[in-house]
Amino acid sequence: MKISTVAYSCGQGIKNIKRNKLFSLASVGTITACIFLIGLFYIIIANFQYLVKEAEDSVCITVFFDEDIKENRIEEIGELIRKRVEVSEVKYTSGDEAWEEYKNTYFAEDPELAEGFKDDNPLAGSSHYEIYLNDLKMQNAFVTYLKTISGIRKVNFSESTASTLTDFAKMVGYVSIVIIVILFAVGIFLISNTVMIGITVRKEEIRIMKLIGATDVFVRLPFIIEGIVIGLIGAVLPIMALILIYQKIVVYIMTQFQSFTNLVSFISARQIFSVVVPMALLIGAGIGFIGSMITVRKHLRV
Amino acid sequence: MIVLENVSKSYSTGAPAIKDISLKIDDGEFVFIVGNSGSGKSTLIKLLLKELEPSTGSIEVNGKNLKNIRRKKIAEYRRGIGVVFQDFRLLKDRNVYENVAFAQRVVETPHKIIRRRVPAMLALVGLAEKYRSYPKELSGGEQQRVAMARALVNDPAMLLADEPTGNLDPSNSWEIMKLLEEINNRGTTVVVVTHNREIVEAMNKRVITMHKGVILSDEKKGEYSYENQYSGI
Repeated sequence: MKISTVAYSCGQGIKNIKRNKLFSLASVGTITACIFLIGLFYIIIANFQYLVKEAEDSVCITVFFDEDIKENRIEEIGELIRKRVEVSEVKYTSGDEAWEEYKNTYFAEDPELAEGFKDDNPLAGSSHYEIYLNDLKMQNAFVTYLKTISGIRKVNFSESTASTLTDFAKMVGYVSIVIIVILFAVGIFLISNTVMIGITVRKEEIRIMKLIGATDVFVRLPFIIEGIVIGLIGAVLPIMALILIYQKIVVYIMTQFQSFTNLVSFISARQIFSVVVPMALLIGAGIGFIGSMITVRKHLRV
Repeated sequence: MIVLENVSKSYSTGAPAIKDISLKIDDGEFVFIVGNSGSGKSTLIKLLLKELEPSTGSIEVNGKNLKNIRRKKIAEYRRGIGVVFQDFRLLKDRNVYENVAFAQRVVETPHKIIRRRVPAMLALVGLAEKYRSYPKELSGGEQQRVAMARALVNDPAMLLADEPTGNLDPSNSWEIMKLLEEINNRGTTVVVVTHNREIVEAMNKRVITMHKGVILSDEKKGEYSYENQYSGI
């Protein structure tokens, strides 16, 4: 096919949108509604997963050492732990630091009460490592490994927190996949119906083209261009709406519920829309392409 | 040249539309196919356009057996045939120029040639002035002339016209017939399906009469008389 023919077909595809204003509007409206719902749901799920991930990241394993352990052995244990792939972060707290923190927390208002322990640190034997993992699923195996290291007296960890968060994240993942698949299927059904009606009313036009000697590609190309453009327009509108709504809602929650924001944080708009924008454009263009491709094919057998 | 040998066409329901037809139309001929509704005339045109496949028999156009033309090559085959319909079948959302140019765009004719050829065809059918009009702004006769310009713009070897005067008044019908004759005089084979007896008699061409799917008679130039044909039915 010549470039001039492709250019002509593209032009015709754009003109078709204007010529069939009503069906173009109906198609754009349907795509907008579907992509808005898919996008909105994705944003909710992504933020939810972000929260769970944040909670997971705050869960740590604490490792205490034998009372007579030497400083260099503590360092060796630290090196062993840091080398493990499942470890994301290791924090060391010495007995003095632990006491300092304890004092600041519990004796802040009556510092004189802590004076009695000035030369006798009650937490001298509580130096420890706080270990944060990349994935909580690995916690049990990692704890088993820690217990094999000589010099470690005690390993503190919460099995129930880890398994609850892991299960919760898994459940949210499954539910979101199911809902997004359902929304996607409903979207394709609604959109292909709208596109189908738009094309069916023009089946006579397709018939005339075919009888004049137009190839299938020549007939199909303007419809495909039309479908893709409608799909893209239908994707841009919900993207703009979602960006606006997301920013407003985040700002509203941050200002109106300040105590709440200590516990909850949101994914930044830039981060979440770096996924939503290409996803919505791809879905819009994809649905427009597939919808017009399938529907035109039905009328090509002339 | 068009050659049909023992061609029959049956639809899934009802009686066969065409029964065991054999005929030959030479290059450059002007042939009328006449008959009442249901005689099989339009089915014959559809078979020639490869819109339908014959149930039995073979059809050859310009040495090509239509049965051997693959689906992908149908478009190429149709480009060699100009076709005119009773209901004009113009693209309603495009103006006269674009309707005629469309047939050239389909065959990927360069823009330069389209710009030269389309006005020439519109001049031939007497619509040079109305190139910017839309079909709904034209009379039936004018619409049919646009359809003829579209059918002829690619210079086809054969023109098939299915009831081209069916929706026209007598004056416009005669104009269309004169045009068809002029086109035929330029060497294009013209096959016209009609039931307009007056025109057929006056045009003095070869006439094939069909009735209930069979050829009742095939009369050479000057032999046709409506009274003779239908006296025995």
